[in-house]
Amino acid sequence: MDILYLLIPLSVLLVFVIIGVFWWALQSGQFDNIEREGERVLRGD
Amino acid sequence: MSVTTKTGQPAVYNDSVVRWFSIAAVIYGVVGMLVGVIIAAQLTWPELNMGIEWITYGRLRPLHTNAVIFAFGGCVLFATSYYVVQRTCHTPLFSNALAWFTFIGWNIVIVSAVITLPLGITSGKEYAELEWPIDILIAVTWVAYAIVFFGTVGIRKVKHIYVANWFFGAFIIAVALLHIVNSAAVPVELFKSYSAYAGVQDAMVQWWYGHNAVGFFLTAAFLGMMYYFIPKQAERPVYSYRLSIVHFWALIFTYMWAGPHHLHYTALPDWAQSLGMVFSLILLAPSWGGMINGIMTLSGAWHKLRDDPILRFLIVSLSFYGMSTFEGPMMSIKTVNALSHYTDWTVGHVHSGALGWVGLVSMGSLYYLIPRLFGQKKMYSVPAIELHFWIATIGIVLYIAAMWIAGVMQGLMWRSVNPDGSLTYTFVESVKATFPFYVIRLLGGVLYLTGMIVMLWNVVMTALQGRAVNAPVIAVNPAHA
Repeated sequence: MDILYLLIPLSVLLVFVIIGVFWWALQSGQFDNIEREGERVLRGD
Repeated sequence: MSVTTKTGQPAVYNDSVVRWFSIAAVIYGVVGMLVGVIIAAQLTWPELNMGIEWITYGRLRPLHTNAVIFAFGGCVLFATSYYVVQRTCHTPLFSNALAWFTFIGWNIVIVSAVITLPLGITSGKEYAELEWPIDILIAVTWVAYAIVFFGTVGIRKVKHIYVANWFFGAFIIAVALLHIVNSAAVPVELFKSYSAYAGVQDAMVQWWYGHNAVGFFLTAAFLGMMYYFIPKQAERPVYSYRLSIVHFWALIFTYMWAGPHHLHYTALPDWAQSLGMVFSLILLAPSWGGMINGIMTLSGAWHKLRDDPILRFLIVSLSFYGMSTFEGPMMSIKTVNALSHYTDWTVGHVHSGALGWVGLVSMGSLYYLIPRLFGQKKMYSVPAIELHFWIATIGIVLYIAAMWIAGVMQGLMWRSVNPDGSLTYTFVESVKATFPFYVIRLLGGVLYLTGMIVMLWNVVMTALQGRAVNAPVIAVNPAHA
């Protein structure tokens, strides 16, 4: 099952990338005042 | 307030490419579903292939799956993602030229599939049958798509990235990765290649790809649509925006390892099978969180369901999403899978997701989009939307109920043994017993296709009645930026 030596590290790497993006989202204020953002789409676009 | 370009012209969204993808989606929907009906009829009456090799089941089946998933579903996703990303970022597309390139590239891929698959040119990998030159074109088109999409997010005028764009973004990245790893092959001639992997290794890659294609192409991306079009059509914000964020992160963290549930009781190591089962069971939580969030968006506005057929398409699609994301984890349990696998129950499960969730949410979203793309308030005929909704829903119910009964019956017949240990039934006896259910399934498919033809007529009439308009870019209200 050599393929697992490719797929598992690839998936783990992906998890780290996702954590990184999540960290960025958190730090850059993507989640500030969050419920207000849900209403924005209704105010004219 | 509208926005002006550098030359003083009012800036407009690039709705032309959205319009072309939307129209293409409806046409491909009719074609793909027609091929589905033809092969459903061939399963019932095998003589219907009339001895012509190009229209045998084995060649038309991949044509059906490619047409409905990648041609219909793909065009819906290009159309809606381009529409949504422009509106929620308050900016036109990052590059119009690249957006048109994706339209042309994707359509060449589809035409190539229509030509090569009936000719028997296939790599033999389910949902990834296209041969290597077409695979390369898919990869190039996809990179262009990623540049257009993420470029547009990059030049957004609002700080926050709306949740729908997160789902679309994850879908674009995941599909690129899956496609490149799974399609790795050694070409031997122009239309013949061999997979880079062999045996059970190939099976593992195939279902790592196959299940994540379901997870990211047919789920995440369509959830992105759901999170934009349901609030817009219902004129209410998402029930809990916070939950939609949790839904997104939970889903993408857990999806990657559900694939091995397609390989229960095979040469795949036992622990990998169990891992696939556990991850599939975990997925129930975010899936249902998202479904409840979508449906509850209507809280306080339930009356709108009574007279808005578009909203009904969208909300009923979510109930099918809930049903199939419950059924899926159940079927991934090894003991359940021992009964269900290789039977028509699997086919019923796929179609409950495909016809019920993906199909209905796409149709609802297109009914929202198309009048707006042609400067109209609503579709040419609202009663026709109503009619479409009912015949499609009845068609789905007939389809999946027939396949449930057929599947459980087949599973029970195959595992039944006599006291002396011999099998009670021969395989062909189970095929014979399935005949009436194949007829009911065919009827369900014909109804679903009829609904799609009604939609095509309605779309053509709406387009003829209106004219193509590109909506002006709306500036962000500074108080809310």
